[in-house]
Amino acid sequence: MDMFIMGLTVFVLAIFVGFEIITKIPPTLHTPLMSGSNAISGITLVGAVLSSGAQQSAVTTALGVLAVIFATINVIGGFMVTNRMLAMFKKKS
Amino acid sequence: MSALINIGYLVASVLFILGLKGLTHPRTAVRGNLLGAVGMLLAIVLTLTDQQIVSYEMIILGLIIGGAIGAVLAIKIEMTSMPELVAVLNGFGGIASVLVAGAALLESALKPGVPLMQLTVATAVSGLIGAVTFWGSLVAFGKLKGLISENAVLFSGQQVINSLLAAAALALSCWVVIDPTSMMAYWLLVGVASVLGILLVIPVGGADMPVVVALLNSYSGLAAAATGFVLSNNVLIITGSLVGASGIILTQIMCKAMNRSLTNVLFGVMAPAGEGGPTADEVYGGKVKSASPEEVAVLFETARRVMIVPGYGMAVSQAQYPVASLAALLESRGTTVEYAVHPVAGRMPGHMNVLLAEADVPYEALKDMDESNQDIDQVDVALVIGANDVVNPLARTDPSSPIAGMPIIDVDKARTVVIIKRSLSPGFAGIPNPLFSLDNSLMLFGDGKKMVLDIIAALKEA
Repeated sequence: MDMFIMGLTVFVLAIFVGFEIITKIPPTLHTPLMSGSNAISGITLVGAVLSSGAQQSAVTTALGVLAVIFATINVIGGFMVTNRMLAMFKKKS
Repeated sequence: MSALINIGYLVASVLFILGLKGLTHPRTAVRGNLLGAVGMLLAIVLTLTDQQIVSYEMIILGLIIGGAIGAVLAIKIEMTSMPELVAVLNGFGGIASVLVAGAALLESALKPGVPLMQLTVATAVSGLIGAVTFWGSLVAFGKLKGLISENAVLFSGQQVINSLLAAAALALSCWVVIDPTSMMAYWLLVGVASVLGILLVIPVGGADMPVVVALLNSYSGLAAAATGFVLSNNVLIITGSLVGASGIILTQIMCKAMNRSLTNVLFGVMAPAGEGGPTADEVYGGKVKSASPEEVAVLFETARRVMIVPGYGMAVSQAQYPVASLAALLESRGTTVEYAVHPVAGRMPGHMNVLLAEADVPYEALKDMDESNQDIDQVDVALVIGANDVVNPLARTDPSSPIAGMPIIDVDKARTVVIIKRSLSPGFAGIPNPLFSLDNSLMLFGDGKKMVLDIIAALKEA
């Protein structure tokens, strides 16, 4: 239960941090914000790597590898496309 | 070692927060995104040192396949298709959470002892939100891509079915918690949540897509946070909640910009057109003035201040490059050109800004709605291209209109308004737009891209 309370504390505080920062992001950058936050939500990759590497059973490994593939698409695709968009905003400044 | 890994995760979380902070200004945004990527790399490398891992082949295989697909998508995608890409990436985040939570549940079932309540509850939440996100995003993708009808698909009993599905999902979640060894309960839950995800997005119409894409963005974050509770991993919880918060804020901004409640958008409800609202004939009858590109060019020649108001139509006809050339041409003649961007113009938040940035429009020239409206009466020519409902003055004047109270860009207050549009067909709200028949309005009928090119040609000839 202690672990849950700790997790919940972190969750609630992080949401407040999120609100504080995100409200300051100008509308011009809302699309890169979505693709960029998309990329970091691929953090599930951490869990996916553990499942596919621990090899507890054939099924967990298979689920893990599939999860690694999806999460990596999210991470790599998200960061790269965000970078591509932001570079377009930057070159005139 | 595990303490070291956790400290590394904390550093990664800080990098994610700093990365998002970088996005608060275009100047620092590229660096911000890079910080986020470094944080991700750190988190993954640390995870690879975890003692639980006995074999690397499968991980590396997954990373290579996923990385290649991601890279190709990111490099190939057209800027106009950005909403589709974001939708599909949201979905992949969701399905990854479903799979990781499923694997974690199975692992705990293979181990002796009863799993913690936290793990089972979080697994159910992760499976539920993740599956809704995945299938909802696929439907959103299909709608944006035109594979599925863009219209709001409504059928009778829809809300009853959704309620039943939600109740079933809740019951199955309880089953997962009570009997964590039953994988069937989990996969049934995922199945029900998948159907729910499809049915939740099907009734949403095309112009409401910005709200849905933002909401699914938030869900993908919440699913990652739930997976963090499954694995008792703080970096997942922190990151998931950051993304969840971001999506919710964007959703709120979008809803406010349409003056509609989230429930209205989600259930495909448009306020009904008021009794005796004006018909198209009453609004337009003989009062609409059509102009030629040459006539519009003459207007631009004498204008000192021009405001361009882009909408989804600009994206459809890929007119962003000609629009930017027109603006550059006008500016070379001493005219001030600015862009007024409505928050819900396009199919996702910030859609127009990205397209215009692609065409080298400096971001300083992009004004938001409030800024644009402040002194819009000083604007000589307002050029509306591919926008309709977001410039409909009925929102201000007719309290019985379905868009009553929606904030609009008040182009009708500019000295002259030029509207590039294929026909007088109504926008998403399905109502006529009195702007088109105002004394100071001129319609330029035709394809957005072609018309702008024609205006440029006429300006150069003169």
